[in-house]
Amino acid sequence: MSTMLEVENVSKSFGGVRANRSISLKVEKGRIVGLIGPNGSGKTTLFSSIVGTHPIDKGTIRFQEQEISHLRVAEIARLGLIRTFQQTRIYGRMTCIENMLISTSQRGGSLVNLFQVHNPEREKQAEDLLAFVGLHAKRKLQAGSLSFGQQKLLEFAMALMNEPKMLMLDEPTAGINPTLINGVIDRLKQANKEFAVTLFVIEHNMNVIMNMAEHIYCLAHGELLAEGPPEQVRNDRRVIDAYLGAH
Amino acid sequence: MLDNIQILVQAPVITLDLVLNGLLIGAIFALAAYGMALVWGVMNIINITQGEFVILGGYVAVVMGMYGLPPLLGVPVAAILLFVLGWALYHTVIFRIVDRDLFTSVLATFGISIVLQQLMNTVFGGDVQIADAGLGTVLLMDGLVALAEIKLLAFALAAVLGATLVVFLKRSRLGQAIRATAQNARAARVLGIDTDRVYAATYGLNAAICGACGALVAMAYTIHPYLGLPYTIRSFMIVVVAGLGNLAGVIIAGLGLGAAENVAGFVLGTQFQLAFVFLLLVVVLVWRNWRLARRREYLK
Amino acid sequence: MRAPYAKFAGYLAILLVGLAAPLLFSAYQSQMAELWLFIVFALTWDLVGGQMGYNSFGNVVFLGIGMYACAAVQVGLFYEVSTYNNARGGGATVFTFDLGQYLEGLAIGLPVGAVLAAIAAAILGGLVLGMRGHYFAICTLGLGIAAGQIANGWEWIGAGSGMVPPTPPAALGDLSRFYYFLAMALAIATFLVLRWLYTTRFRLAINAIRDNEDKAESMGLKTTRIKVMAWVIAAFFLGIAGGLLGNLKRFIDPIDTAFAGATFGVWMVLMAILGGKGTLWGPVIGAAVFQVVKETTWTYLLGWQRVALGLLIVVIVVFFPQGIMGYFRERFPARFGHRVEEAARPDRAEETTG
Repeated sequence: MSTMLEVENVSKSFGGVRANRSISLKVEKGRIVGLIGPNGSGKTTLFSSIVGTHPIDKGTIRFQEQEISHLRVAEIARLGLIRTFQQTRIYGRMTCIENMLISTSQRGGSLVNLFQVHNPEREKQAEDLLAFVGLHAKRKLQAGSLSFGQQKLLEFAMALMNEPKMLMLDEPTAGINPTLINGVIDRLKQANKEFAVTLFVIEHNMNVIMNMAEHIYCLAHGELLAEGPPEQVRNDRRVIDAYLGAH
Repeated sequence: MLDNIQILVQAPVITLDLVLNGLLIGAIFALAAYGMALVWGVMNIINITQGEFVILGGYVAVVMGMYGLPPLLGVPVAAILLFVLGWALYHTVIFRIVDRDLFTSVLATFGISIVLQQLMNTVFGGDVQIADAGLGTVLLMDGLVALAEIKLLAFALAAVLGATLVVFLKRSRLGQAIRATAQNARAARVLGIDTDRVYAATYGLNAAICGACGALVAMAYTIHPYLGLPYTIRSFMIVVVAGLGNLAGVIIAGLGLGAAENVAGFVLGTQFQLAFVFLLLVVVLVWRNWRLARRREYLK
Repeated sequence: MRAPYAKFAGYLAILLVGLAAPLLFSAYQSQMAELWLFIVFALTWDLVGGQMGYNSFGNVVFLGIGMYACAAVQVGLFYEVSTYNNARGGGATVFTFDLGQYLEGLAIGLPVGAVLAAIAAAILGGLVLGMRGHYFAICTLGLGIAAGQIANGWEWIGAGSGMVPPTPPAALGDLSRFYYFLAMALAIATFLVLRWLYTTRFRLAINAIRDNEDKAESMGLKTTRIKVMAWVIAAFFLGIAGGLLGNLKRFIDPIDTAFAGATFGVWMVLMAILGGKGTLWGPVIGAAVFQVVKETTWTYLLGWQRVALGLLIVVIVVFFPQGIMGYFRERFPARFGHRVEEAARPDRAEETTG
């Protein structure tokens, strides 16, 4: 199994706050990997460092063997590494289907296809994916009018539309109606299997991540605290302490 | 143009004269920019009306001069009158756009600035005007460097005003409320701060600062109904270079801009001095953005 | 299939009215020609400002470039531009243009102006479109004024005393009618190109940039390139409009006609917002309403015109930001193809909603 993403000794500070301290981790191709940690432990900062939202202070980030820590957001996205956001980001004044249609992969896409009027194949794919996340009925609605949970699902569908090699999800079940959470987990697993997308997931809900991930990394105070298969991490004394706030 | 550069190289004393005079007006630029940064930081509004407030303050001094009153008295009077105007504008228009996006406020204050420009043009006429404070000139280096006393006084007053303002914001209750609102308006509201009043006071305070600047400008330089926009652009440029909440940066950028503009006006010819200001804005923005791009960021 | 039928009839009616108008109301010919150009102004402004969310105060740069470039080509093909400009008004008698020369100059000048404006947009866009919205807005404000100041000091194009486009030969007859039809053709062409453009993925891309540029970037869109393209398209049509406007006005003042930020520059924004930002018909309606109101009230507002303009901006921005089209869209969403909900496709929908 080859390595999809390799983070080595990455550090990042904001002013005096050291959000990430020499973090190293690996995501193997085709896996579902979890990233957990208490609030403020630097999970989202690490995500942002990987996808190029801000520069990192130290370390290397390789995506499919290629160094990406100097690339910019859009360039990294075009390599096939896509992330979603904790606070959803969608195109609020466009309809759901339009949100999907503009989310297609930009890999090698020339600007000429920008002037295409119709592409039945793409439209079918968009509708299928909206059905996949259960939003097909809302496809003609303005995305901004959806509930937070629905926007989260839309953002997930948009990410899949991009046909990424690897998808980084920031709390995919946060703010989603608890009765829907199992559905979301199924979708994620299915996406991982059917579309062969490597998943790297930040999650607060322990049950969700234990149920889904094959390997888990735990951050605390910006440092890597523990890693291993779900069972092992769950029972790790240090992880329990970190979550309970003990030192 | 090349001839002019040659002159500057051969006679450094002229350069000194230009730079010193530039620094003097630079203090006024910095003060107006500080006001803009205040409104920007606290209310998230880029106030295009900035320049018109300055010019309006200038007309207060001019009018006082016309009635035989000492124009220097125009500095406090302009500040008071402009504070009232700013307060009134807040309660008629600005309060409606405080939480809207930045472009709405840019456009709305742009509209106000057009109205003020034209009103000034109608009331005071389209001529260049000055308020004569009746002071002499200080000559240095055998008369090769000439500094008008009023410019020196304006510089000193701008510095005093700026210092007072900083202390006021740090120490007074209103100043603390303003700073609290700037950091987090919602939290301030929860803690019982009347943010609406804070906004009104901030906007009025900024107008008052501009008014005082304007009175100084009218005495030391000239004013004209349509010369407001350059002051807005200068303030904006200074804030962009210095960054919000960077007092030292504002002072340095303001003085630097004053000196650069004065030298450029000599080198390029005064007819291009305004073009220089506006092009410099573009250059500054492009340069800032380019610098940020190297850090995976952009101007926003 | 009544709807497309009605649409076709509507277009035909506008075309017929447009063709007949100068014959019926020949006294207002130049104002109507101006209206067609205003439609171009508003449409091109809205492409970048409304659809893409990048509000520009500096689109007059392209208008001015088109205007000066066209006039310079018209003159330059047959005479030395600087001597022509040095002769000022007197040039009209010395430097004459026969019918062939005049038409040739125009036929070459207009496209040259358009291309130069587009090139300028590509270069400037590459520099300034990397910034986000409000920085862009103020930066373009600076660009517009700087361009005017530079033209004001540039002797070759007549500096502050302006430039007179070639005097047309008498054979061409009523000139304002000639330009009326050119302006109308340009407005229709601009409208059709944008109408087509808004059916393509390009519209989705620029709408995405408007709605959430960070997201668009994180999905891999080449945002800067798309933004520059939009500005280049706008500049191209504005460049032609500039060439026509210069010839229509018969005099180019660097600050009051060419790089007229205080008039055309502001009007563009106002017309687009008044009609409804981000819609195809909004800018057209906005331009029509604005021009009619302006022409009927302007003379009564002598000295207070700009006060009225400023107040109008404030009132529209603060109280009526959605514009005329936006207002109707809010009132009658169904007429604009906005649906609330449709029957779900059966396959998987229940699973997640259940």
